[in-house]
Amino acid sequence: MKDVGAPALIGLRELTRKKRSRSQSQLFGPPLECTNRLKEIMTRHYYLARFATGAKPVAWVTSGAPVELLRSFGFYTIYPENHGALVGAKKQGAAMCSIAESAGYSPDLCSYARIDLAHTLSGKTPTGRLPKPDLLFASNNICQTITYWFKAISYHYNIPLILFDTPYNYTELAQTDINYMVEQLQQMIPILEQASERKFNNSKFAEIVGRARETSLTWGAILATMRNSPAPMTIFETFFHLAPIVSLRGLPVAHDYYQILLTELEERVRDGIGATSREVKRLMWDNIAIWYKVRDHSIQFAEQGMNFVTATYTNAWAETTQHLDINNPFESMAKTYSLVILNNNLDYRLKLMQRLIQEYQVDGLVIHSARSCKPYSVGQYDIKRKLYQELKIPAVIIDGDITDERAYSDEQTKTRLDAFFEILGN
Amino acid sequence: MAEKYYAGIDVGSHSTEAVIIDDNKQQLSFSIIDTGLDGNAAAENALNLALAKIGINRENLNGIVATGYGRANVTNAGKQVTEITCHATGAHHIFPQAGTVIDMGGQDSKVIHIDENGQLVDFVMNDKCAAGTGRFLEVMAKRLGSDLDQFGNLALLSEQAVPISNTCTVFAESEVVSLLAKNHPRDQIIRGLHQAIVDRIWAQSQTVGIHGAVIMTGGVALNQGVIQLLEDKLKCELLVPPQPQIVGALGAALIAHRNFR
Repeated sequence: MKDVGAPALIGLRELTRKKRSRSQSQLFGPPLECTNRLKEIMTRHYYLARFATGAKPVAWVTSGAPVELLRSFGFYTIYPENHGALVGAKKQGAAMCSIAESAGYSPDLCSYARIDLAHTLSGKTPTGRLPKPDLLFASNNICQTITYWFKAISYHYNIPLILFDTPYNYTELAQTDINYMVEQLQQMIPILEQASERKFNNSKFAEIVGRARETSLTWGAILATMRNSPAPMTIFETFFHLAPIVSLRGLPVAHDYYQILLTELEERVRDGIGATSREVKRLMWDNIAIWYKVRDHSIQFAEQGMNFVTATYTNAWAETTQHLDINNPFESMAKTYSLVILNNNLDYRLKLMQRLIQEYQVDGLVIHSARSCKPYSVGQYDIKRKLYQELKIPAVIIDGDITDERAYSDEQTKTRLDAFFEILGN
Repeated sequence: MAEKYYAGIDVGSHSTEAVIIDDNKQQLSFSIIDTGLDGNAAAENALNLALAKIGINRENLNGIVATGYGRANVTNAGKQVTEITCHATGAHHIFPQAGTVIDMGGQDSKVIHIDENGQLVDFVMNDKCAAGTGRFLEVMAKRLGSDLDQFGNLALLSEQAVPISNTCTVFAESEVVSLLAKNHPRDQIIRGLHQAIVDRIWAQSQTVGIHGAVIMTGGVALNQGVIQLLEDKLKCELLVPPQPQIVGALGAALIAHRNFR
């Protein structure tokens, strides 16, 4: 079961062990011991998924969906976005995307969507096999594409799609919106009961909500270790260690894993072990990772003595979880999932980034303008200008895509990054 | 004691330039040649040409800095610096009041914000697309049967412009063919093409903002049509150095002066 789908972990292994030349390995601190455990967890998750059909109800879920409710019915969950990241890290994104394009889907469509549609149409996946879904569970709190992408999958398999509609927060989150979302969650229960052939169990649900809260708080504590200088982990590593909080949230395995990772990171902080050998400048990353370039970028920045210590992306799974409350699970879930970064106005995002810059003592910002992710990429020029005006934080925007390597130009990116290094070196 | 000299070489997608300066940062000589297939050879040739013009030997050079897309391949350079920093440095040297540098070269265009010391503050570049670059103008001039150096002047012959909706070089070329087939006047099409390129660089400039005096560099700065239409759009005067193509190489030579004295 070598390389069975640990999302992007093949990339991570390369990042920390293989292929690094002697001079490259001198750029980094010792690799995290937890990485092997992470790989086991995600490999096992995708391996068991092969046999889930018939044994458990299977749901395909979006990254921002309130999965806690689903878990209380015992669904085996697959995250197409996580699968897309895996495909991207294995540099199979363009090949998969072209399968969807040949079926008529536009190259302008999100590449996670194209990869998922390609898998649905062709069955191709680096994990061997994904289980056929019995149900689709999506929330439009991350984008509108989700709605139509999941509708297409729903049509293909002729299965129900449950869509959790989260009104966009142009200003503050209103109580009427919370009520609307709570009502939706309650309406989902009979459908989930029918699909899973299980009755809703309130105490089990509360237990899962509580565990998801604890897990997310631990994830927040993990990220917070990177406030230390030198930071014990790079953001490129957190991109991979993110997998359990995204796709196994609410399960004991994710909770337990993050306890171990936190302990290891705290030990590194205590011993003054940094992720990079030289941390002259501390950077922030904005937007989803460029999965096929994570390794190259980690080396390129480490060579400059620069370490990424925070990212709006990894922070997203730590930001709103404080709202989860076992005594008020429905309303607290509505808040948690409505207040995610992509469902909020630009002013909210600006304040969030200002706070992260201060908390993590950030010297510069790298903004990935992702062709796939319009909601994440919109407003980036305004944010860049505002952050410079208010905090004098220099920033660079690089054009690329999360998994479709055809939308990325090495040469153009190199010039932009070199100029950014020159700005920071002044 | 022998005089000290410094060289900057800008290996671009289209042309390669070399500039020689002395210890007082005075520009002594420059050369411009086609890059061709071998960037390193072009760098050598451009440097030798610039040296020969003033009868200076290679040994008299204290330092060489390379810039441009081919910078990494220039084997005799002591340092590589991006063309963004080099254009900023060169423009500030010629026009100390410079706050914004608009550089339009063969395959990219950039808007650079610099501070009062000529240091780079912020920049924006075109995305992976030739629209808004010298290459766009070159392709269109060829299609419309004009010499590149006359193309800009033709744009100013007409007060009217036929709007060009495509900014993609390939699609715009098809559009031009179709407009010609519909008997639209050539001058108006040419003006429309210039307007399209100006609108694009204007939009780019708005993302970093216009600060202080605006300097235009790169080969496209020789195009009067672009200059005039862009001045109208920006509602300000553009300062253009006597040889706008060599500003990057000049900046590189100045950085060599700073680093290798």
